[in-house]
Order: sequence, then structure tokens, then C-alpha cells
Amino acid sequence: MSTTTDEQVQACAVVGWQSFKPGVWQNEINVRDFIQQNYTPYTGGDDFLAGPTSRTEKLWDTVKDLLKKEIEAGGVLDADTEVVSSIISHAPGYIDKELETIVGLQTDAPLKRALMPFGGVRMAHHALEAYGFTMSKKTLDAFKTLRKTHNDGVFDAYTSSIRAARSAGIVTGLPDAYGRGRIIGDYRRVALYGIDKLIACRRKDLKERENLVLTDDVIRLREELNEQIRALDELAQMGESYGCDLRRPATNSREAVQWTYLGYLAAVKEQNGAAMSLGRVSTFFDIYFTRDLEQGTITEAEIQELMDHFVMKLRMVRFIRTTEYNNLFSGDPTWVTESIGGMGEDGRTLVTRSSFRMLQTLYNLGPAPEPNLTVLWSTQLPEGFKRFCAKVSIETSSVQYENDDLMRPYWGDDYGIACCVSAMRIGKQMQFFGARANLAKCLLYALNGGVDEVKFKQVAPVSPRYEGDVLEYDKVMELFDKMQDWLAKTYIDALNVIHYMHDKYCYERIEMALHDPEILRTMACGIAGLSVAADSLSAIKYGKVTAIRNEEGYIVDFKTEGDFPCYGNNDPRVDEIACSLVTNFMNKIRKLHTYRNSLPTQSILTITSNVVYGKKTGNTPDGRRAGEPFAPGANPMHGRDKNGSVASMLSVAKLSYDDSQDGISYTFSIVPGALGKDEAEREGKLVSLLDAYFAATGHHINVNVLERETLIDAMEHPEKYPQLTIRVSGYAVNFIKLTREQQLEVISRTFHTK
Amino acid sequence: MGLVHSVESCGTVDGPGIRFVLFLSGCSLRCRYCHNPDTSYTRRGTERSAEDVLEEISRYRDFLVNAGGGVTISGGDPLFQPEFTRAILRGCKAMGLHTCLDTSGHLGANADEVLLSLTDLVLLDIKAWNPEQYRKLTAQPLQPTLDFAERLAAMGKPVWLRYVLVPGLTDQLNDIEALSRYAAGLGNIRRVDVLPFHQMGRYKWQELGLDYTLGETAPPEPELTERVRAIFRCRGFAECTY
Repeated sequence: MSTTTDEQVQACAVVGWQSFKPGVWQNEINVRDFIQQNYTPYTGGDDFLAGPTSRTEKLWDTVKDLLKKEIEAGGVLDADTEVVSSIISHAPGYIDKELETIVGLQTDAPLKRALMPFGGVRMAHHALEAYGFTMSKKTLDAFKTLRKTHNDGVFDAYTSSIRAARSAGIVTGLPDAYGRGRIIGDYRRVALYGIDKLIACRRKDLKERENLVLTDDVIRLREELNEQIRALDELAQMGESYGCDLRRPATNSREAVQWTYLGYLAAVKEQNGAAMSLGRVSTFFDIYFTRDLEQGTITEAEIQELMDHFVMKLRMVRFIRTTEYNNLFSGDPTWVTESIGGMGEDGRTLVTRSSFRMLQTLYNLGPAPEPNLTVLWSTQLPEGFKRFCAKVSIETSSVQYENDDLMRPYWGDDYGIACCVSAMRIGKQMQFFGARANLAKCLLYALNGGVDEVKFKQVAPVSPRYEGDVLEYDKVMELFDKMQDWLAKTYIDALNVIHYMHDKYCYERIEMALHDPEILRTMACGIAGLSVAADSLSAIKYGKVTAIRNEEGYIVDFKTEGDFPCYGNNDPRVDEIACSLVTNFMNKIRKLHTYRNSLPTQSILTITSNVVYGKKTGNTPDGRRAGEPFAPGANPMHGRDKNGSVASMLSVAKLSYDDSQDGISYTFSIVPGALGKDEAEREGKLVSLLDAYFAATGHHINVNVLERETLIDAMEHPEKYPQLTIRVSGYAVNFIKLTREQQLEVISRTFHTK
Repeated sequence: MGLVHSVESCGTVDGPGIRFVLFLSGCSLRCRYCHNPDTSYTRRGTERSAEDVLEEISRYRDFLVNAGGGVTISGGDPLFQPEFTRAILRGCKAMGLHTCLDTSGHLGANADEVLLSLTDLVLLDIKAWNPEQYRKLTAQPLQPTLDFAERLAAMGKPVWLRYVLVPGLTDQLNDIEALSRYAAGLGNIRRVDVLPFHQMGRYKWQELGLDYTLGETAPPEPELTERVRAIFRCRGFAECTY
């Protein structure tokens, strides 16, 4: 195979590509092919890994000190109040130039937050104010008078129905005042091809579109492609300011990491998207590491140092947010999600030594919520890697797992996870992030004829209210179904407006420059309150629920009697209700028109917004009191999963991935003793659990192995736990950075104790 | 019909892999340290048919197989309801599931050949080696348990031996030494689990209004637990992991 000497000569001819195996990747932008031709699967154990170098320790001490100061300063260390952030807006910044092997910061100083008003200038303004900063008058005025933002555009187009739904909280978390995020640039392209080549390809893409009829779509695309070229050029300039010639491909291990990082850095300099995910870089890096190791130009300790320094930078990515945003997505998350492992379509594992090295950063630097380390689990993964993952999970609670065997048939073997659970082919696909609609509240609207049960305002169009006292399942379902039609339409209307305006006023130039010119877009909807809605319907169907009305005749509470099965106990009677809720709502969304002909999908994911959703929702027929938090994501309600964690997992695993292609989040917390009596046994049992859960088609699982008492102690004595990390819904957080309300909610969740 | 106390879908300490654990009510012993007095001292539970329980287990079948586990029948003592236990074991084997019987062996005579042929592994809890001590602890004689152990040995049935180490009650090293010699002689003991006594069952005694005599007993010192494990390890029980 590799005797095609002509091609090899050609490969050698490009500086940086020496000794790489040739393939179509040389003639087109195709990182996957490069990986497939060149990577070395690894099936061994963790014994080769190196600890931190003294340089790493010293640098990390400096960063830890900064992080401490950041907390002491109330969450934000410093913020730019004047310069609008762009790829080239700031002079180079360093932590300690002498010690850093990977350089580049969002602004000119570490942890200094950048000013990004294009999503919404009001949001940027309030975010600064929340932390005691004031936006420069000049900048604020410029945006008020000269430059419209995404947020302004959205509110120009919102209908009164959308506004009402939004303010009642039946749809919440919409990216209408901040960056939508959840777009993964293929940052590896910067390292493999260099900017010159990427720009040349874009020029070619434009040329190929010279003779098309100039419809709206083509006009928009041509403008976007030119914006992308401009962004690439700025990226090269930014590299230059750090002494890196990004115009050419990376030539060695350090450059491969550095070039990739600068590509990512350009994205987080320009966009404060809700989730700014990294993609799938470990195995890509491994090709450079392996080549340089073989050539004797690098050592294992030096490779780990690169990885540690890279991860240190990712841990320092920051955005400034408003208080309302923080209440929704608590703990200052950035979702720098890195997807690790998985299997290739040819049956070889995509696990390499660098999959281990990425996880090893949790030891060398200690646990942390970012980057959001996501293992793509397959039952076929090498045993050594499975064991290592289990060990890391048990010791750090910092890893999430997603089902590679389930996703590969949909997304191939070079997809990454954006945010928490959203899979997308890297560089070939993006999503329009759509937050979520509240199904539990929708059920209450159905009973009250579209009147909000908390605000007593008519939100949905006037429709028949539930007559009679005892709730009858069929009658309730009929009303509920109609109300979901309204919800789906209002929700999609809002999303279409949002993404139209985001493309127009807050376009992700650099991220899209690192995509193919034509891509698949998904319209990523979501639902919240699944378990509350399912249990409520179960109570109506199998128990006896009597409506309690207030003086105006609105149903404000319920008397719930009799036994009824609760979701989370592997009981088909109620699990079927949950499954059909998911499928029905998806089918409603599928019928609607979506902006840019995007493919509608949905997630069962709340992140930490389950607390806010619960707060805005009245009493529900399952017995949940008004204001009580929902369970996160697809989790069963706290304490209602009585048959142990496997029952809970199997209930969740039944939800259809085909109808939730944007992901199904499940958070699992177990005390160490319930996993086994000693370390080796716990690792083995966790591997068995993951294998069986994913074989049962579970999509995602956050694994927390800790004692509830540890969390309670951390609430009282945060200073003792600066790095205590726990998985919440699709991401990890620094526990002490959660709001008290969020902390209490996490503690109230089911901890499987056996 | 059987009296089922509860089920646990994620058993990690009652046999290999992940176990579906069926806790049956009723026990012939009255162990002073019992951590499930609600299943043994009282006959609390739900009357369920074997078909009903097996239908429930069938929903976990694939998961248990993929997790290298199976079903463990525990209690109480499953041999307190031998007919029911046999029916469950038969159903589990028909589903291709690995089966464990978690018993004190005191009612070993209730386990007929058929029941044992449907059991892949016995978790045998020998409460004490000294007959006097055994009676003091459980209010029953030791001999039936030894008879059962020897019957299992003669059949070559795999057994995990369990020994709860209670300070002041079961911590005489010469007795433990003798038990380890006996266990080694049986030839079918695959693993020995030395379980340090804990107070986690205490609240259940209080809830049931029963007189709990071990309220003042502390868990054994880690050194003592290690010493006891070492005794078994010396007999070649390599898998003495906890």
C-alpha cells in the first residue's frame, strides 16, 4: 500500500508532512482520512503515562493562584470594558512566558474577560455591571446608535405569542441575547494544512459558485465564504503576534498542539457561545507525537507537558455572563468539550496513547470541570482503556460517557460532542442551538386552557379547559396533545427568528471557516420536565388525581391518591408514557418549517436549568410541589427511582435516540461503597455497568462517585475543596461555584447507596 | 407464591458482575448483628408469584448478561422459602442467567438436589466457628451449616465463603484459624470475603422496635481485619479481596 512513492514524495514535499502516509487528505481538506491513514491504535494500559514536569507544576501553581483570586474577587478577576473582542483585538497575553510551551490567551492578561457585544449589547452591559465593571460609554454608544446586535434583531421579529411564552417560562434559555455556540470548528485543519492552504480552498469554493443563480441562499453563502477568508487571515495575524507562522502546516508535536489551540482561541476571542466545544483532537495529536517519538525528537514527559499546558489553557477560557444566565447555567461553564476514544468504522479502536494522556491531565493538574472530557464508549473499546476510564471516574468524577456504538451509524467515526450530548460530524455539520421547551408546564396549560398556572395570564391561545374534577387520562391526553401543537409551533418560530438573526448579526466567521463550505445544519430543540410529565400522566392513568381549583376556576393543585408507577424503575407502564412523550413531541417538530432547511432534532437535556424550570412551574399531578426543581435531563425524579440504579438506567435507555438525536442526558451518582469494596473491584463493576448500559442503547451518562457528606462539607467549607468537581447534566462543574440553590438540588438527587 | 421483601437492580457485592438481588423475607437465625432484621426477624414483604418476579427479572436479562452478572437470591434466607426459591432459580436458568444463593446454610437441608443444580454459586455465610459462639450469636446450632457446606463440597459446587468479623463476638483468632483450615479442606471455596461489622443496620432495629444488643460495638480495627484476611490468604484463598 505505502509503496506509492510518487505520493510519498509529494507528501514529503509539504513541510510538516514528512513520514506521514499519503491519502486523499493531501488533495482535499480531509482530516478524517489523515487520521485513518496515520494513527496508531493503542490497546495497552496506563503504565506508560508521565507525571507533571516541574515546569508544569510551577505554571499550574501560578494558574491556581489566579483561580483563587478570581473566586475571591467574586467570580470575575478582570474584564475588558472598552475593546470589542475580535481575533486580533488584543496584544498577546501570557501567564508566565518562560514556562508556557503552549501560548495564547483570550485577551492580553490571564482570566481577563473579553467584551463581546454582538450577541446583545444589553447582555454585555449587564454582565459587566453584575461584577462591578462599567462598559465604556464610547463602546456602548457605538452599539446603541451604529451597530445593531443579534438580540435587537430577534426582538424586532418576535411575535407577541413568542414573547408571552418566553416570559412565562414555557420556553426558557433561548439564545436570543447571547451567542448560540454549539458549533465546533475543525481546529485540527489549522495544524494539518496551515492557513494559506485553507484560504486557497475557500477561494476555490467561491469560484465554483460563480455561475449559480444568485438566490438568497447563494448570496448569503458567498458573503459568508468571504467573511471566513477574512477571519482566517486574522487568525494568521494573531498567530504571528505570538510568534507562530500559522500560514504553513505544523511541523512537529508542539506546533500541532499550538496551531490547533490558536484556531480554537480565535473562536473564543470572537464568540461567547453558550458552549464552545473543542472537538476530537487527542488522536489527531497522537499522530504527531508518535512520529516525533519514533524520530527521537521528543520524550513522553515532554508530550505530557504539551498536553498539560494545552489543557491548562482550555481551563482558563472565560466569558462574562449576567446573573440570570448564571442561574440557568450555573458554575461558569464554557463546555470546552473534548471527545475521546471511540471505534473506527473499520473496526480498529480510535483509542491512542493520547486518549490516556488527555485523561491523565486530571491527575497532573487535579480534577476540573473543563475541558469537558467525554469518552465515546463502545463495548469494543480496549479493556485497558475501559479500566483507566473507570479509575479516573471513580477518583475524579470528572468524566462523562456517550454511546459510540449508538452514534457511529448516524455520525460516522469523526464526530465530536458539542456542549453536553450533541453529536456532530466535525467540520461537516453544525447545529442551531435551541434550548428547551417545558413539557410539564405544557401539561398544566392544557388543563387550564392556555392560562399560565403561576402568572394567571393567557399565554397560549384560548382553548377549552379541563372540565370535571377527577382527571381522566384520555381526556387529558387529548387536551395535552393540542397544547403541544401550539408549543411546538411557537418554539420553532422563536428558533427560526433567533438563528436568522444570529447568522445576520453574530456570524461565527472563524468556526465556519473551519467547516466544509456546504454543511448539514440541525435545528436542535429540547424538552425539559420529562420525568415530571411522565409521572404526572402515570398518576392520572394508574392512580386517582383530583383537580383543585382556585376561586377563578383555574386548576392550581391536585389531590393524588393510590399507587402509580414512577419513571426510573424499569416499569414498562410508565416508561412507555415517557417514550411516547419524546416521540410525539419530536414528530410535532418535524412537521414544521425550519430556518435554512435545518434538520430538526431534540435533546432531553436541561443542563442546570432544571432548577429554574421547576421554579417557574406550578404544582403537578405527580405530587411535585410548585417551584420544586425538575430532575435534570432524562433523569427520574429525585428519590422516585426505588429499584436501584440499573432500573433507573434501563428506564432512561428506552428513550428513542432516533427521536432525540441531539442527545439524552442521564446523571448517575453513586457512593463508592455501593460500587464495590476495593479499588480494583469498583473499577471492574463500573466497566460492567457502562458496558451493559450502553449495550442497552443508553445514550449518555455522567458518572459521579462520591459521598453525599463530601458535598455537604464542601458547601460549608468551600475553601477545603477548591477543585472538587462533579458532573451535573452534560457537563462538569466546580461544586463550590454553584449557587447555593443548585448545590442543594445536587445534594437532594438520588445517590445510589445500594 | 413467595414473600418478597424488596429488590435491588444494581447489586455489586453479592456475586460476580452486576446482580439483580431478590431479598426474600424470613430467616431461621436470629443474628444479633443482622443488618436486614426487617427481612429476617419479621415477615414483612409483598406476596408475589414466581411468574411475576420472573417477568420483572426478564426486563433485566440482557443487562445482567452484558454486565457479567446475574441474579442473587438473598434475604432473610432464601432457603426459608425453598419452593419459591427453586421456582425463581429455574426461571433464571431458563433465561440463561447466572444464579447465586446467599444463605447461612442453617436451612441447607431445605435445598434439594434440583434447587442446587439450578444454583451456579453459593454465598455461604458461616457466622462463627465455635458452636457455642454460633449459638450465642444466632440462637441456633452450627452443625446444619457444616453439613450443608460438606454437601456442597461433595457436589463440587462453587462457594464464596463469607465471614462477618464482630469485635468481641467473632474475633477469636484461633477459631478463625480453625475455620480457615476447614474451608481449605473443603476444596470448593473459590473466595473468602471477610466483612468488617458495621452499624448500618442499627436504624432498622430501632424502626422495628427490636432490642439491639450491639449498639456499643465498634467496627473492627483495620489492622484486625487485615490480620484475619491474612489468615485466609495463607490458606491459599487468593481472592480474599474484602
